[in-house]
Amino acid sequence: MSGLRVFLVGLRFHVKALTHSVFFLLTSVFMPLLVATVAYYMYKAGNQPGSLLYVSLGAAVYGIWSSTLFGSGGAIQWQRWQGTLEVLVSAPTPFVLVIAPLTLATSVIGIYSLASTLVWGRLVFGIPFHVVHWLAFVVAVPATILGLGLLGFVFASTFVLYRNANALSNMLEWPVLLVTGMLVPLSLLPGWAGPIAWLLAPTWGVQAIREAALGGTPWPDVGMTIVLGLLYLAIGAVCLRHFEIAARRHATLSLT
Amino acid sequence: MRAFLRVFFVGGVIAYRGLFNWIRPAMYIPTMLIGPVFQILFFAYLGRYSKVEDDAFFVVGNAIQASAMSAVFAGTMTIANERQYQTLAPLLATPANRFAMFMGRSVPVIASGVLVSAWGFLMGRLLLDFDPPASSLPALAVIVVVSVTSCTAFGLTLGSIGMRARDVFMSANIAYYLMWLLCGVNIPLSALPGWLAQIGRLLPLTHGIAAGREVAAGASLSSVSGLVWTEVAVGTAWAMVAMTLVWWFEREGRRRATLETF
Repeated sequence: MSGLRVFLVGLRFHVKALTHSVFFLLTSVFMPLLVATVAYYMYKAGNQPGSLLYVSLGAAVYGIWSSTLFGSGGAIQWQRWQGTLEVLVSAPTPFVLVIAPLTLATSVIGIYSLASTLVWGRLVFGIPFHVVHWLAFVVAVPATILGLGLLGFVFASTFVLYRNANALSNMLEWPVLLVTGMLVPLSLLPGWAGPIAWLLAPTWGVQAIREAALGGTPWPDVGMTIVLGLLYLAIGAVCLRHFEIAARRHATLSLT
Repeated sequence: MRAFLRVFFVGGVIAYRGLFNWIRPAMYIPTMLIGPVFQILFFAYLGRYSKVEDDAFFVVGNAIQASAMSAVFAGTMTIANERQYQTLAPLLATPANRFAMFMGRSVPVIASGVLVSAWGFLMGRLLLDFDPPASSLPALAVIVVVSVTSCTAFGLTLGSIGMRARDVFMSANIAYYLMWLLCGVNIPLSALPGWLAQIGRLLPLTHGIAAGREVAAGASLSSVSGLVWTEVAVGTAWAMVAMTLVWWFEREGRRRATLETF
C-alpha cells in the first residue's frame, strides 16, 4: 500500500513539476503541432484531405511519444545533474517506484499534445472531430499513455549505465515515429518493420485511438497496449535493478 | 592581417574545442548521424503516402536541413555558451577583432554541418530511390557548403541574442524545427500560404534546397546560380545582423555591467 502511495505521490509531483517546465511544454505541444502542420500541408498538397483526422490523431500520439522519450532520456540524467541520484538509490524505497512515476508523468503530459493537436486541427485546418466509439476512445487514450510511459521506463532503466542517455533518446524519436505507423501506414514500410512495430506499444496505442475515433475494432488494440505496458514494467524493473547494482559496484552512478 | 587570420583560424579552433569539449562519439553519432537518417526516411515515406513528391525531393530537403542541427544549435552555442560558461567578459575584454573571433569559430561548425549533410545524401542514395548523376555531385557540394554557411550565420544571430536573453536555446529549438515547415524542406513553398512562404524566403536553406533539388535532377550549377547567390545574400544578411547584435549587446553589456548577469 505504501508502494502505491509513493507511486501516486511521485506521479502527481512530476506531472506538476513538468507542467511548469516551458521546455517540456515545447516538446509536448509545439512539436506535435508542427509535425501535424507539416503533415496537413503535405496531405493537402498531395490532394488527400480526407485523411486529416488520421494525421491529427497520429501527431497527437507522436506528441505523447516525444515527451515520454525526452523525459525517459532525462529521468536518470536530471537526477545526476541535481546530485540526487545516490540519495534516491540509497533510500529504502525501491528505485522502480521512484523512476516509473517520472517516466509515466512525461507521457501523462502528452495529454496536452492530444488536446492541442485536435484543437489546432479544428481551428486552423477545419478538421471535424467526430468520435465513433466514445467509450473506447476514453479508454484508449489512458491505455496509450500507460503503454508509452512504461516503454519510456524501459529506456530510462537502461540509461542508468549510459552517460549520454539524452543522445540516445534523441536518436530514438524518428525510428519509433516511423515504424509504429503514427503517421505513415505500416503497410507502406518494408516487411522487416512489421515485427518491430508489433513489439512497440505506440503501434497498438495509435491504432486503438484511431479505430475508436474513426470506427473499427479498438478493443484488441487497447488490450495489446496494456499487455505490452505490463511487459515493459517487468522488463524495466529487472533492468533497473540489474543496472543499478552494476553502477553501484563500479562507482559510476553519478558520473556524467 | 596576420593577427586577424590567427584569431580567425587558431582562435576559432581553440574556441570550438573549449566550447564543445563535451562532444563524444557516443553523443555525436546517435544525434548527428543516425537521427537524421531516420528523419529522411520518415519524411520520404510520408511523402510516398501523401503522394506529394518523390523520394529525391525529401532526400535533398532533409539532408540539407539536417545540417541545420549543427549550424543552428552549434552556431547559437558558439556565442551564447560564452555567457553560460561565464567566459564572456574576459573574451570581450580582449581587443581582438570581433568578426574574426566569432566567425572563425563557426568554421568547425560549418564542417560538421557539411559532414552531416553529406552523410544524409549518402544514406538517401543507399536506402531510397535517390540517384543523382555523378556529374552533379561537385555542384551539390558547393550548394551544401553555401547553405550550411548561410544557416550558421543564422545560428550566430540567435547566439548573439543569447548575449542578452536569458534562455536563447528555446528560440534555437523553435527556429530549427520551424525550418521543416518554412524552408521548403518537406512542403513545396507553393503549397504554403503566401505569408508563410515569404517568411521561408527570408530564412537560410530555402534557396539552397531549391537549387540542390534542381542540380540533383541534372541541372548545371550555372543554371541555378540565381538561387545560390540568393542563398549567399540571405546568409550575408544574417551574418550582418549577427555582428550588429554582437556589437550592440557588447556595448550595452559594458555600459550596464550586465554582460554575464541573468
